[in-house]
Amino acid sequence: MTFTASLCGGVAMAVNGTQVILKASGALYVPAADALLVADLHFEKGSAYALRGQLLPPYDTRETLTRLERAVDACAPRLLVFLGDSFHDGRAEDRLAPDDAARLAALASGRTLVWVVGNHDADGPRALPGEIIEEMPLESLVLRHEPLPGVQPGEVAGHLHPAARIAGRGGRVRRRCFVTDGSRIILPAFGAYAGGLNVKDAAFAPLFMGRPLAAALGTDQVHAIGWKSLVGD
Amino acid sequence: MADSAVSDAVLLPPRFADWFATRGWAAREHQLAMVAKAREGRHALLIAPTGGGKTLAGFLPSLIELAERPPANSPRGIHTLYISPLKALAVDVERNLMTPIREMGLGIVAESRTGDTGVSRKQRQKVSPPDILLTTPEQLALLCAWEGARGLFEDLRCVVLDEIHTLWPTKRGDLLALDLARLQTLAPNLRRVGLSATVDDPDLIRDWMSPKAGIPDAAGDPGPGPGAGAGALGPGSPPSSRSGSGRDDVGVDLVLGPPGPRPVVEVLVSEGRVPWAGHTAQHAMAEVYEIIKRHRTTLVFVNTRFQAEFAFQELWKLNDDSLPIALHHGSLAAEQRRRVEAAMARGELKAVVCTSTLDLGIDWGDVDLVIQLAAPKGAARMVQRIGRANHRLDEPSKAIFVPANRFEMLECQAAIEAIAENSLDTEAPRTGAFDVLAQHIMGCACSEPFDLLALYDEVRTAGPYRALTWEDYEAVVDFVSTGGYALKSYDRFRRIVKGADGLWRARTADTVRRHRMNVGAIVSAATLNVRIAMRGGKGGRKIGEVEEGYLEVLDPGDTFVFAGQVWRLVGVTGVDVLVSPAPGADPKMPSWGGSKFAISSFLADKVRRMMSDENAWTVLPTDVREWLEAQRDRSIIPAPDQMLLETFPHGKRHYMVVYPFDGRHAHATLAMLLTRRLDRLGIGPLGFVCNDYAMAIWALKPMDGLDLADLFDEDMLGDDLEAWMDESFMMKRSFKACALISGLIERRMPGAEKSGRQVTFSTDLIYDVLRRHQPDHLLLRCARADAASMVIDVARVGRLLARVKGKIRHAALNHLSPFAVPMFMEIGRERAPGGAADMMLAEAADDLIAEAMS
Repeated sequence: MTFTASLCGGVAMAVNGTQVILKASGALYVPAADALLVADLHFEKGSAYALRGQLLPPYDTRETLTRLERAVDACAPRLLVFLGDSFHDGRAEDRLAPDDAARLAALASGRTLVWVVGNHDADGPRALPGEIIEEMPLESLVLRHEPLPGVQPGEVAGHLHPAARIAGRGGRVRRRCFVTDGSRIILPAFGAYAGGLNVKDAAFAPLFMGRPLAAALGTDQVHAIGWKSLVGD
Repeated sequence: MADSAVSDAVLLPPRFADWFATRGWAAREHQLAMVAKAREGRHALLIAPTGGGKTLAGFLPSLIELAERPPANSPRGIHTLYISPLKALAVDVERNLMTPIREMGLGIVAESRTGDTGVSRKQRQKVSPPDILLTTPEQLALLCAWEGARGLFEDLRCVVLDEIHTLWPTKRGDLLALDLARLQTLAPNLRRVGLSATVDDPDLIRDWMSPKAGIPDAAGDPGPGPGAGAGALGPGSPPSSRSGSGRDDVGVDLVLGPPGPRPVVEVLVSEGRVPWAGHTAQHAMAEVYEIIKRHRTTLVFVNTRFQAEFAFQELWKLNDDSLPIALHHGSLAAEQRRRVEAAMARGELKAVVCTSTLDLGIDWGDVDLVIQLAAPKGAARMVQRIGRANHRLDEPSKAIFVPANRFEMLECQAAIEAIAENSLDTEAPRTGAFDVLAQHIMGCACSEPFDLLALYDEVRTAGPYRALTWEDYEAVVDFVSTGGYALKSYDRFRRIVKGADGLWRARTADTVRRHRMNVGAIVSAATLNVRIAMRGGKGGRKIGEVEEGYLEVLDPGDTFVFAGQVWRLVGVTGVDVLVSPAPGADPKMPSWGGSKFAISSFLADKVRRMMSDENAWTVLPTDVREWLEAQRDRSIIPAPDQMLLETFPHGKRHYMVVYPFDGRHAHATLAMLLTRRLDRLGIGPLGFVCNDYAMAIWALKPMDGLDLADLFDEDMLGDDLEAWMDESFMMKRSFKACALISGLIERRMPGAEKSGRQVTFSTDLIYDVLRRHQPDHLLLRCARADAASMVIDVARVGRLLARVKGKIRHAALNHLSPFAVPMFMEIGRERAPGGAADMMLAEAADDLIAEAMS
């Protein structure tokens, strides 16, 4: 694996031979296809909890949207791919506030939206523009929601919400992160209310032959972190 | 006394008078005064030292009333409710109460109800309630949220609030005050009785527990609340009581018990020396051990769990006689604590090393000495602790203070003076928190439908909420109902709804069930279970709990002291910390930040005065006196109203050391704000360190030319503070507590318990989102108020800045001063934890001292 720092704080590397840029926003950019990939937005997670009587602040969708618009504006991609669990549940699309739905639809102007389905949103959106798909090839990559066990060269997935915990002088920090071994890559969750699973968790073990590398999201920068510096929760 | 013989006969029915006589007692004056108050139907606050028969004084009127009550045809509700801050205390009082009931053959049923009470007993208590129920504020909140609350409490005549001085200035106190207001509505003739240890200002507690109506809001003047009767006392009332005190009558009479003999307090100066720095008093352990040996039973109080573990280890290293010395602190497993308490009650222990967990609790007659290791931090807490020795009214309690460093020596001396003068730390009146109110309103809706206006009036008869405005009340109700968001997208998910009858009720049975699982206002730091690691990575026997933060400084393989033994951290899985025993290993002692008290303003004031008064130095040990003299000769001893500020170079850096004596929380806040300012001034601040007495800031450039008046201007508490606070982890911690108490986040859900770990993560995300989208949300206001008062002591920083305005004494020195030496030793400690630090310190200390004293 080789890494180079890219402009705007990202990290450039090759996954299964295709050049990609790991962005500090948590999105993955594929220059050859002019495609931006984001995973696990969990739109309307707040209102899903409210349905069950826990009235979390209803601002998670617009918070996630603001981040997404910023990420899209930064590289103006031709293709915007959602890697599944874009909505927290099957009814989440109906609960979108009208202005949030309009902002989401506006992202489709001048580009194609692709909704890879996930376990939370198995049917994909009904009213919003874009294609709905189970999985999708892109250059030498294959995009799907849930990573498959074993060797999967070129797989780009989400689902696990990876987070890295780093011990250093002056305490510890826990950040969302990419996890990759140069053959496949797992994206961090993009949604405002999406929690994180420590990359040291057993769920990650069957996915990588050797020790993968975590690329943690800093404020404006991605930090590549070796396995040895990571700690469990 | 002739008078009391007369009132004895009038007040005590023959059965009671005989019982006192057969026990060889006479009813005490304050006990009779409490009976008189009950006969007059007055609310009463009894202030008496421990061991004064206080609990019996609280129950005596109820026992008499119950004994005289004619039998009823139908079952009755609870007659007397007893509320204790500790469940162990409720159980113990139940046991003690059974003695007079049995011996007088009163046929009164008294039962406790705590978190440990079995389900079937709890069910039975609801169906056929005991005459006297002994419980905790949390259990009371649960009962008040029950749909049968009205039937259970409508016959209630008396509520006894024990150890009320520890409850009232807290969120648990807010919850209790609100439930008292509820009870008074259900049972208008309810009498409130408070039992308290000695406090500086009893009027604060009288006001807190009074049922008088709220302060009129702009909306209009509400009528007098239930129970707010006329102020005049009837003739023949005992001389030791008064009904008012110059303030307006709050309808709660004060009864004072006999003060009891002054405690005998000494300071231990081990081998005539007091160390320069440190917090453990390690230097004095051998002498402490010898003192323990010479006494029957000793309670050794410390201020932190870390100090408790440390002192326990040190004492056992010296324990050639294998004295039964035990350990008691909040992180030990509950069963283990209960075992220690039981052994203590049986008189089997020679000493217990403990934290504030034993400040309160059941009476142990055998304790004949209290040792306070390290500084007392507050006079009131000290009096409470000293009271744990010798629960007999006629003998003085005995206590020994062991200062761990020189500033603490001054503090110990100040505390002894305060105790001798019987002057204690003052508290500010309490303003109730919104998150607790939110929980209470939800509880009311769970119990029965409520009217918005009637509940407003009721809530404002609770002391801490008397000044609640209609606007804030509405905001809290809106929060309970819809979450209180500017974006009104949750209207269809309301938790409480207004019915066609105009009354508010819980929307679904599920909402009710979930509320009841999450009642309470105690939010401890997220805790993890410490378990012995078994094969296959599983956790075995539980040895206790640690706060999550404790693990921040430990890595797998590290050794640490816990429950009096050395353990090696194996790993963490979920909510379990797995450890293996590591006997004999040199533990990497992690610093334990939890439950540290800051020095009280009152004691700090005394320390400042003592320091500036050379005549007062004569009582101090020689080395401390020499240290003060060296400070006077080489720098400045400030006058009591001045604040000393020293600047000097040391090594390659420039230092500013400030001595406000205002406690570590206020100092840390001030240092944080000063650092921001110094940064803007281009001074290049590199770091700071604080203790209870002073703070040191170091920087790349010298600070002796700065405009100090400008630097310490009070405008520091404006934007700088807000900007810093919103980013700080303290706000996130406060927000989490508010989110849990208010019901935004649930601790327990049907089926699954959230681990503290998961809660930590999600409330941080919620905090970030809410802060960006609705910075004035009720819970953020609540969290800011909490952080400002509890964590960073903003009010105290404000008073500090006002106090030192124009009173800063600047000493521009060319090397560090004697006073600065302890601060420099703290700097060393911060950098290199564990044994290495001690070695470094030992070497560095000699150099520092040589420089300061030369």
